[in-house]
Amino acid sequence: MEPLLGLASEDWQAIFLTLRLATLVTLILLVIATPVAWWLTTTQSKLKPVIAAIVALPLVLPPTVIGFYLLIAMGPSGPVGELTQSLGLGTLPFTFSGLVIASVIYSFPFVVQPIQNSLEALGKRPLEVAATLRASRLDTFFTVVLPLAKPGFITASILGFAHTVGEFGVILMIGGNIPGETQVISVLIYEHVESLQYGQAHRLSAGMIIFSFIVLLLLYGFNQKQKTIRVIN
Amino acid sequence: MANNNDLSIALKWPRKSFNLDLDLVIPARGVTAIYGASGSGKTSLLRCIAGLEKVEGCELRFRDQVWQSAKKFVPTHKRAIGYVFQEASLFPHLTAAGNLGYALKRANTGKVIASLDEVVELLGLESLLDQYPDQLSGGERQRVAIARALLINPTLLLMDEPLASLDHQRKQELLPYLERICRQLSVPIIYISHSLWEVSLLADHIVMLEAGRVTKSEGFLHAINKPDFPIAQQENISSLLQCRVMEHNQKWGLTRFTLKGMAETALEGEGAEHSLWLQQCDLAPGREVRLNILASDVSLSLSHHEDTSISNILPVTIMTIEPLPHGLLMLQLQLGDSILRAKLTQRSVDRLNLTVGQHVWAQVKSAALIQ
Repeated sequence: MEPLLGLASEDWQAIFLTLRLATLVTLILLVIATPVAWWLTTTQSKLKPVIAAIVALPLVLPPTVIGFYLLIAMGPSGPVGELTQSLGLGTLPFTFSGLVIASVIYSFPFVVQPIQNSLEALGKRPLEVAATLRASRLDTFFTVVLPLAKPGFITASILGFAHTVGEFGVILMIGGNIPGETQVISVLIYEHVESLQYGQAHRLSAGMIIFSFIVLLLLYGFNQKQKTIRVIN
Repeated sequence: MANNNDLSIALKWPRKSFNLDLDLVIPARGVTAIYGASGSGKTSLLRCIAGLEKVEGCELRFRDQVWQSAKKFVPTHKRAIGYVFQEASLFPHLTAAGNLGYALKRANTGKVIASLDEVVELLGLESLLDQYPDQLSGGERQRVAIARALLINPTLLLMDEPLASLDHQRKQELLPYLERICRQLSVPIIYISHSLWEVSLLADHIVMLEAGRVTKSEGFLHAINKPDFPIAQQENISSLLQCRVMEHNQKWGLTRFTLKGMAETALEGEGAEHSLWLQQCDLAPGREVRLNILASDVSLSLSHHEDTSISNILPVTIMTIEPLPHGLLMLQLQLGDSILRAKLTQRSVDRLNLTVGQHVWAQVKSAALIQ
């Protein structure tokens, strides 16, 4: 195949795999992180600091630690591995599904925290108002919370997506380096460097820098716009 | 059950600065004012009635519906209430019309207390409907919020000092709208306020709260016409008289009012003596109204002078004399079944040698018509 933009087909394969992974992970995270953020915002439970700390753990742990334990848990004799085997699904390490699960865990705090912040900024009042207007909790969520906390959800999506694209350690630990299955951009760059193909490593790395810059530009530009709107109004 | 057209609440709730401890039955009709200083527990009480606070051991019944008991807690969105918060609470992502629509879409079924057109008319919202909340003034926002609470078609409307966040001028703008709602719509209203002026404009029933306890719960006119009504702390001490429109005099441009409870006992011819002549109004004879008379507009004389420009001279008996700040005294005067209050200087009281139990003549310079 004629190289496009100077990238080989294995590079393109890794790019598409990465985008597929990041999109899927972001969607899953929005669904899972929203109720957790909601719970953390509204709960008066004594468990709140414990749960909040667990959610934040991936922020501070080396990715290798997460990867290591996930590898053991999902391996043939780990609890998750035994479950998936008994369901006839085989084991998850070194599969795309395994990567999705690992990435969801790894990027979890990056999605929960912006949502939680925007829900906290919202305060109790809009929820109380909605309740006095006979809106059920679910109704309130879709008609009041979601539109008012939209900036938080957008920030969360961008951060979750970008962080999944940028992960390396966890993937190497549990996904390995299987082209088309688990070989994402960051792992491929590593391989290019290991095999002294600096040209290809350069092209992918430069692409990552441009991608990351654009993402951050979007993020800050968006936040700026939100603030400006508030000031104008 | 004797009377089901009421609301009863029993509540014990220790708060930081006071303990809310009350057992209260109030009528589920007309306007009930909950009156007290800030920090007396008014808002806490209202939030319990709305179900925004879930206090253990609270017993709450509205008409024949139990809203809270040991076994039961009806969540706010299932209570047929409307709630107007102290500060504007419009959804910022919706226009005024969108905010009203939000309520309409979720309104209670049953007899509609006011249609959208009526509410828009009543609160003067036509020109505001396309605006977003942050394009509206504080008073306009509060009007939209009141309209929204009405459109939910509540069986009970709760208002938490809807004027408190507004400046004086906006308050004056909004008050007539509130009066219209209270008079024209049949929904029972619980209205929280620390302003006796608002209360005297609106209330039929008054509940007084002091540090979380109920000190009074009775008909408002009854309450204010008792000498122990704590009025001396008020900036504008006044009296509130229930009167009847008697006749209009075109030549003078005046209307004659008689005091309720007095006209009946007064003999023919004597009636004029117990009447008040005020600027002509367009109310039909026989209508009952409230007159608000500022204590500073009342003066006393020992005899009935004919040679004075003041045409409203009423026979009264001095009930109490209480000191006010700045060398002033408040005198409470028995006038039929009502109380007329006068603010006099210590010097005048000494000069006329006024004492409790004395029969004197009160001269009323002006009165404001309410309702």
